Amino acid sequence: MSNDPTALTAASSAALVESGDLDASDLFEAWRGRAELDTFGALSWIAEAGDSPEQVDGPLGGVPLAVKDLFCTEGVPSQSGSKILEGYKPPYTASVVAALAKSGAPLLCKTHQDEFAMGSSNENCAFGPVLNPWDKSRVPGGSSGGSAVAVAAGLAPWALGTDTGGSIRQPAALCGIVGLKPTYGSVSRYGMIAFASSLDQAGPLTQDVTDAALLFSQMTARDPRDATSVGHQESIHLPDRKDLTGVRLGVPEELSGEGIEPGVRATFEETLERARELGAEVVPCPLPHAPHALSAYYLIAPAECSSNLARFDGVRYGQRVDPGDGLDAMYSATRAAGFGPEVRRRIMLGTYALSSGYYDAYYGRAQRVRTLIQRDFDEAFANCDAIVTPTSPSVAFPLGSRTADPLSMYLSDFCTVPMSLAGIPAISIPNGMSEGLPTGFQIAGPAFAENSILGIAHALESSIQFDRSGARV
Amino acid sequence: MLDRSEVIHIARLARLNLDEGEIERTAIELSGILDHVERISELDLEGIEPTAHAVATRGELRPDIEGASLSRDQALAEAPVTDGVGFIVPSPGA
Repeated sequence: MSNDPTALTAASSAALVESGDLDASDLFEAWRGRAELDTFGALSWIAEAGDSPEQVDGPLGGVPLAVKDLFCTEGVPSQSGSKILEGYKPPYTASVVAALAKSGAPLLCKTHQDEFAMGSSNENCAFGPVLNPWDKSRVPGGSSGGSAVAVAAGLAPWALGTDTGGSIRQPAALCGIVGLKPTYGSVSRYGMIAFASSLDQAGPLTQDVTDAALLFSQMTARDPRDATSVGHQESIHLPDRKDLTGVRLGVPEELSGEGIEPGVRATFEETLERARELGAEVVPCPLPHAPHALSAYYLIAPAECSSNLARFDGVRYGQRVDPGDGLDAMYSATRAAGFGPEVRRRIMLGTYALSSGYYDAYYGRAQRVRTLIQRDFDEAFANCDAIVTPTSPSVAFPLGSRTADPLSMYLSDFCTVPMSLAGIPAISIPNGMSEGLPTGFQIAGPAFAENSILGIAHALESSIQFDRSGARV
Repeated sequence: MLDRSEVIHIARLARLNLDEGEIERTAIELSGILDHVERISELDLEGIEPTAHAVATRGELRPDIEGASLSRDQALAEAPVTDGVGFIVPSPGA
């Protein structure tokens, strides 16, 4: 074995702890040292020396975890990337973070994100942008950019993120790691600072597919404190699939043709060829309403955000700005000072879409489009086992290149938003390089088909043999 | 195109102070986004049911038994202004 346990995947470390060849508290300290190497602005908080738990039980073997800022962690700053929650220390811990700690993944660090998870570049963070470890002049993607960078740069063995319209998958793709957005409802949202409640879902960002399966296996639960959580129909097992014989992969022209950068499309085509060599049948698979998914998403998500973020009013927690002109003036001044430009923009957009006279034309129509998108997927999965697309239409883009035009930023989510609206699971795996930067390959399956897409991802990962050493500090 | 008065109305509903420059900028930005998302009006949605949630949610009730909850001190610990008993807010009538 290597003398440096931080050079191993999380699953390999967990196995060494299990066999008694590695001490869990040594492992924790080694990773604490790695976290201190952050020069990317990825981490918002790092555990103190001696914070490692005295005893580790459970299948995660004491391998410590990086957690996105928006998960409430008792006594530890949980700010959701926002000035309005600067320094906020919650009185309780999110269900999924508590469950993972119990399974043997203690909290190592918290990671920066776009404010309230609204963004695709991590530039909407009140505490500064996060830089991509492959090229510090470029974005890491968002909104779980800090979690993606923590894993890619080797600051943490694995990380927890959230995905609303692509916020796990897109940064995973741009940083050259694995990101899984689970089926909506399989993981409790209790203690996640909400953005869009019908879409938000927690998931793993990891070095490889096996680590994603291992972490996710301990995340699924029906939680009485989240009425939308249903747990999972299957127990999640570690993937061992080596070939794709008998697997039908559907390629939707709508999400893999126009609008995809040539270099990204080239790596996508190469991986389709690998899939065929592994025995898969690759078939066309139309998703006729997918081009409208982004429009529906940018009405539904802002509508839900405008409602969820009403709670930030300067009364129970967070910052208050009081001009001394009564309660209403305090609300409006607090919110204007505490929210950044993108969050204000989405609150305004959502408030408009829900306002009297416009509700049916915007929010109501968007919800109907959501039904059509779900039906597209239902029909597609009648004819194939999984749907594959590039994860992001482009590689990591330069810092500042899309901040002036909100629509150009929103288009970053083009390939990931349809699955979010349908609530189905999707994983992004590293898919080779274009222009010296990683690209991502997305595999989506029917609801609760995580074992199936993890298996397909594992077979492809073994064939692609992506070298992620270029991002490690 | 959203006009000034509409932006001011929405900002009022959202309890967000906007200064003059922001009103102008917001009108332009929101209009651009709405032009794009309005493409869904091309679709024939007659008879299509809306989807609010991807999975069926349960309107489930739990037994009416008192459980653990935050103490008063915990609940007030992060409040910007408190007298130790409750949250202090400016007068709504001011």
